[in-house]
Formats: sequence, structure tokens, C-alpha cells
Amino acid sequence: MNRSLAALSLFVALVLALINTQALAQDQTIVVASTTSTQDSGLFGYLLPIVKQKTGIEVKVLAQGTGQALDTARRGDADVVFVHAKSAEEKFLAEGFGVKRYPVMYNDFVVVGPKDDPAGVKGKDVVTALQAIKTKGAQFVSRGDRSGTHIAELKLWKAAGIDIAKDHGPWYKEIGQGMGAALNMASASNSYVLSDRGTWLAFKNRGDLTVLVEGDKRLFNQYGVMLVNPAKHPSVKKEAGQRFIDWLISAEGQSAIAGFKINGQQLFYPNANDPGA
Amino acid sequence: MNDFAKAIETAVSLIGHADTDLREIVSLSLSVSLTASFIAFAIGAPLGAALAIYRIPGKTAFIVVANALLGLPPVVIGLAVYILLSRSGPLGSLGILFTPVAMIIAQTILGVPIVVALVHRTIVDVWASYGDALLVDGASRARAACTVMRIGREGLLTAFLAAFGRAIAEVGAIMIVGGNVRGHTRTMTTAIALETSKGDLSFALALGIILVVLSMTVSALSFFFSRVLMGR
Repeated sequence: MNRSLAALSLFVALVLALINTQALAQDQTIVVASTTSTQDSGLFGYLLPIVKQKTGIEVKVLAQGTGQALDTARRGDADVVFVHAKSAEEKFLAEGFGVKRYPVMYNDFVVVGPKDDPAGVKGKDVVTALQAIKTKGAQFVSRGDRSGTHIAELKLWKAAGIDIAKDHGPWYKEIGQGMGAALNMASASNSYVLSDRGTWLAFKNRGDLTVLVEGDKRLFNQYGVMLVNPAKHPSVKKEAGQRFIDWLISAEGQSAIAGFKINGQQLFYPNANDPGA
Repeated sequence: MNDFAKAIETAVSLIGHADTDLREIVSLSLSVSLTASFIAFAIGAPLGAALAIYRIPGKTAFIVVANALLGLPPVVIGLAVYILLSRSGPLGSLGILFTPVAMIIAQTILGVPIVVALVHRTIVDVWASYGDALLVDGASRARAACTVMRIGREGLLTAFLAAFGRAIAEVGAIMIVGGNVRGHTRTMTTAIALETSKGDLSFALALGIILVVLSMTVSALSFFFSRVLMGR
């Protein structure tokens, strides 16, 4: 019995040590609620060591999808949100949960689908493409998770004159998961799917999928960053959080973002200087 | 088949290179799950034994509840712990959401019912065979309980390993309360989920293979140590 007591106290000591190291690093560590696209594309893996080196700030990233990330911040569980759905971000600000929104960068969405292209959408504009997918009843995978990409997809259906909430058939699959999971499913079932370009470029399980629709102005995808309002949640680390934001939109941060490439291809285009973005 | 071959190759080379990221992930997985299962055992074993040995009012209800909780989905526990630890929740001021401590709490809650149910079952059997004899011999009930626990030690070890197995294999709860933050709360299982979503299936499977090897090592080691400790 004494031996098991000794083992137990050892583990309690271990836990306490764990808590202690947590507390020590606390002030320079911020929680950033962000989207699956920034993580799955590898941007954060590349950017965070640079942030740590230049500013001393340790960033803990939660990759959640825009809707969930904003909810996490509403509960006060994040210091900064870094997401991509301007309408949802402006609502967040209007509710008083954010201090100020800064545009950071953009990339674009692409419509990905099987190489043999059963709905014949290759090279079409995105609205025509979605109408063709619907008319042919070709398989389409939707994120269905209130993420930035899902919100963008819903807007595109609307622009195509289709009320997808009412007017969907068995060809339309809402999976309620992240971008990677949606791409995996599209790859396994030869479906069409809307993806951000970054995640698509980093994605390894492509199967027969390829990019079919791109370059349409409506496929533009803007990312913004906001400090969670310390007036709503006093636990927010406003000093470190604001320093992280300031670095992202500084010349140095912007050129670091531009420097992130996969196979020589740039994934994100910095545009903090564009006040309208 | 190609995916499997590639996964095994990747797993071997990952272990061979002792990749830093991998080492962090493995040590976090082990320390979180071992700590959680030890705490679960420390809480659950006395409870399970007491339920077997003492006459406690509402005892059957306790046992039914413990057995029912065996089937509780980790994601529900994760959500409950998340709401408790969230800044907007009752324990928000602790600031431990998205830390390993939050993960230990969630996995401990998952482990306790397993330990209670399994220890109870073991001790009930042992008590049926030896309990009365020990009491007739003049041992106090507490003294008899210790003896019975010693006789049933293999069952106790199984209970501990079952709790550890559930903890180390679990992804739903720690994903929610830990957040899968690289270098902080990323474990084997959440890393597997992440690599799967990146479409790197063979890498994800390689991590899975390493996880199985780890699990087997822990199980083998605990059997070994229990034999040494118990002097067999």
C-alpha cells in the first residue's frame, strides 16, 4: 500500500509541476481562435516560430472554423480572433465583443471536383458552375459548419439564384466538419467542393480531384484579425494580443505572410494597407 | 495496401529519427493519460471496493450509474468540462481551459466509472470467497478489505489499464478542452485527427501505429511491475 501511495504522490507532484510551467509562461502566451484553413494549409506552422522570435509572444492556435472561433471568443476563451467572414466579423464587432477589425491578407476560393467533370463546370464562372451542378444533380460536399468557407458557399448559392436550404437533394451533402475532412470526403466520393486555395494546395489525399473553377471575383477570400474586447472579458491579454496584431499588419509581418509558399506557390496575399478590405 | 506499407515505413523512420514534435506529442499523451488514470484509480478503486464490501444505502443505484457511465461519449464529457472551465463558466477564473490540466480533468472523469465498475466486480467475487472467513477470524472490516484488495490485485490492475486505455485512445474530449494546440495540448490522437484532415493519411496511420506500440508497452510494463511489486 505504501508503494502505491508513493507512486500516487509522484504523479500529483508531476501534475503540480505541469501547472507551474503553465503559469510561468502565461503572460506572453495568447490564445488565437482561428480557422481550419490557416492551420491545415500550414500557414501557422510557418508563421508562429517567426512571431515568437520577433515579438517573444507564444501563440496558442485553436483551429475551429470562423463561426466556432467567434463563439469561443464571445465566451472569453480567446484573446484574438483571426478569421475570414467579414459579415460575421462585423456582427461580432457590433455586439461589442471585438475592439477593432484589421484586414490582414486574402487568398481565394476554388471549386474543386473530379477530373472527368460530370457537370461540365471547368472554366465557367462560379455562378454558372453551381447552377450546372444543381441541374445535373452532381455530388457536392458542403462544410455545413458555419465556417468562413461555408458562409461563402451559401452566399454563392444565393448569387446563383438557388435557395440551397430548401432546394437541395441527395446530391448535396452537408458534413459539418473542417476543410480537410470535406476534401477527404470529396476525394473518396468524387464530389465537387468549395475550398480555400491554401488548404487545397497543402492537401495530400487528392485522388481524382482537380481545380475546375477559379479566378472569379466572387471567390475572393479576405482574412481579418481582432482583439477580443477586454471590457467584456477582463481576462483578455490585451497588451500581448495587440502586439501580435500590430506585428501581423506591420511591414515585417506582411512580408513574412507573403513569403509562405508551398511548392513555390504563394498561398496568402497580404493587404493590411487596404482599408476597405 | 500501399497506404499501409507507407505508414509502417513512416512510423519506423519517425521513431528512428526521434522527431522533436513527435517526442513532445508522445510525452504529453503519456503524461496526461497516465496522470488521469492514476487519479481515476485513486478515486475509483476505494469507491468500488467500498461498494462491494460495506452496506451502503443506495448502493445498487451507485453501481447502476457507474455502469451506465461506461458508455458515456467522451465528446459529452469534453463539452461539460469545457462549459465549466470556460471564462464564462463557473470555474473560468482558474484559466486552465486549453491546458493539459483541463485534459487530465476530462480524462479522469472518463476513467472513474470504469475503475469503479471493474473494481466493484472483482472485489464482490473475492469478498464472496474470503470475506466471511476473514471476519470470522477476527479481522476488522477495514483490515479484511485490505486483504481482499491484495487478493484481487490482478483485477485492480485490469481496472487501471482499462481506464488508461480509454484515456490514451480518446480524442473527443481532449480535442474540445485542450484545443489541439501545437506544442501545448497536441496529443497522439488529436495529431492523428489533424493529419487526417490535412489528407496525409499515411502519416496519420503511422502515428496510429506508434500509438498502438506505446499502449502495448505501457500494458506490458504495468504487468511486469505489478509482478515485481507483489513479489511473484
